[in-house]
Amino acid sequence: MSSSVATAAHRGHQHPVAAEVHHHFHHQHQFDSAEQQYEASTLGMWIFLVTEIMFFGGVFTAYVQYRTAFPEGFGHASNHLDLTLGAFNTAVLIASSLTMALAVHASQLGKRGRLVMYLLLTMALGSVFLGVKAFEYAHKFHEHLVPGPHFQFPEPHARAAQIFFSLYFAMTGLHALHMVIGIGIMVVLTVQAARGRFGHNYHTPIEISGLYWHFVDIIWIFLFPLLYLIHRHV
Amino acid sequence: MSEHIVSLRVYFTIFMSLMVLTALTVAASEVDLGRFNVAVAMAIAVLKASLVVLYFMHLRYSPTLTWLVVGTGIGCLALLILLIMADPWTRDWLRVAPPFPVR
Repeated sequence: MSSSVATAAHRGHQHPVAAEVHHHFHHQHQFDSAEQQYEASTLGMWIFLVTEIMFFGGVFTAYVQYRTAFPEGFGHASNHLDLTLGAFNTAVLIASSLTMALAVHASQLGKRGRLVMYLLLTMALGSVFLGVKAFEYAHKFHEHLVPGPHFQFPEPHARAAQIFFSLYFAMTGLHALHMVIGIGIMVVLTVQAARGRFGHNYHTPIEISGLYWHFVDIIWIFLFPLLYLIHRHV
Repeated sequence: MSEHIVSLRVYFTIFMSLMVLTALTVAASEVDLGRFNVAVAMAIAVLKASLVVLYFMHLRYSPTLTWLVVGTGIGCLALLILLIMADPWTRDWLRVAPPFPVR
C-alpha cells in the first residue's frame, strides 16, 4: 500500500527533460564517489596519451637518426617547406587549444550554450589547419617532392631529401589523422552537449577529449620547428 | 566535483605566451647560431609544451599519480631516443668503427 503510494509519488516527480539529466548524475557502483570516478577517467586518458607519446616517439627517433646522418640534405629539403603557412598553422592550432580549454571551462560551470559555441569554434579552427595542410600537400605533389618514382630534387641531396619528405609526410600525416579523429569526437560531443548531457557535475568526456586535443597540439609544437625551422642556414 | 577551475585570465595569459614563443622561435631561426639553432628551437618547443601540459591540460592541479604517469612517458621517450642515438652520436669519438651513416 505505502509502496504503491511512493511509486505514484515518484512517477509524479519524473520530468523527461534532457536538461535535468545531469542533476541526477550518479557515479558507477564500482567507485566510492563521483570524484574518484573522475580521477580514474582522467588518469586512464593520461595513460593512453603516454602510449601515444611512444607511438609518435618512434617516428621522432627515426627523424633524429636520419637528421644526424644527413644534416645538410635535411636542411636543403626543409627549406622547400612554406614557413609562412607552417607558422600560420601553428597559431591556428594554439588558438584551437585555447577554445578547447574554454570549452572545458564552460562545461565546468555548466554553461551549455558557451560549451557548444567553443566546441564549434575548436572544430572550425581544426578544419582551417587541415585545409592549409591539404593545400601544402597539393603543392608538394606539383613540385615533385612526394617520395616515389616522380620525386625530383637537385643532387647531391636527392637521397637525403627523399628520406626527409618520407618523414615529413609520415609525421604530418599521422598528426593530421589524429586531428580528423579529434574533430570526429567533437562532433559527437557537440550533439551531446546541445542535448544537455553535460552539466557542472558531469563533464568528464569534455575534459578527457580536451586532453587529447591538447596532446595533438603538443605534437605539432615539436613538428613545426623540427620540419620547418631547423637548418635554415645550410 | 573537487577539480580545480582555472581562471580565464590564466588561459588567456598562457595563450598569449604560446603566441609570443611561436614568434620568437621563428625569429630565432632567422639568425645563424650554428649548432645552437637546434638547441634554441627545442628549448622553446619544450617550454611551449610545458605550458600546454601544466595549464591547458591541468597537470599543475592534478594528483601526484598523474605526474608519475606523465613522467614515466617522458622518461621512456628519453630512453628510446638516447639509447638508440648513443651509437650514432659517439661513433667518431674513438674512430674504431666506420663513421655514421654506414653506406
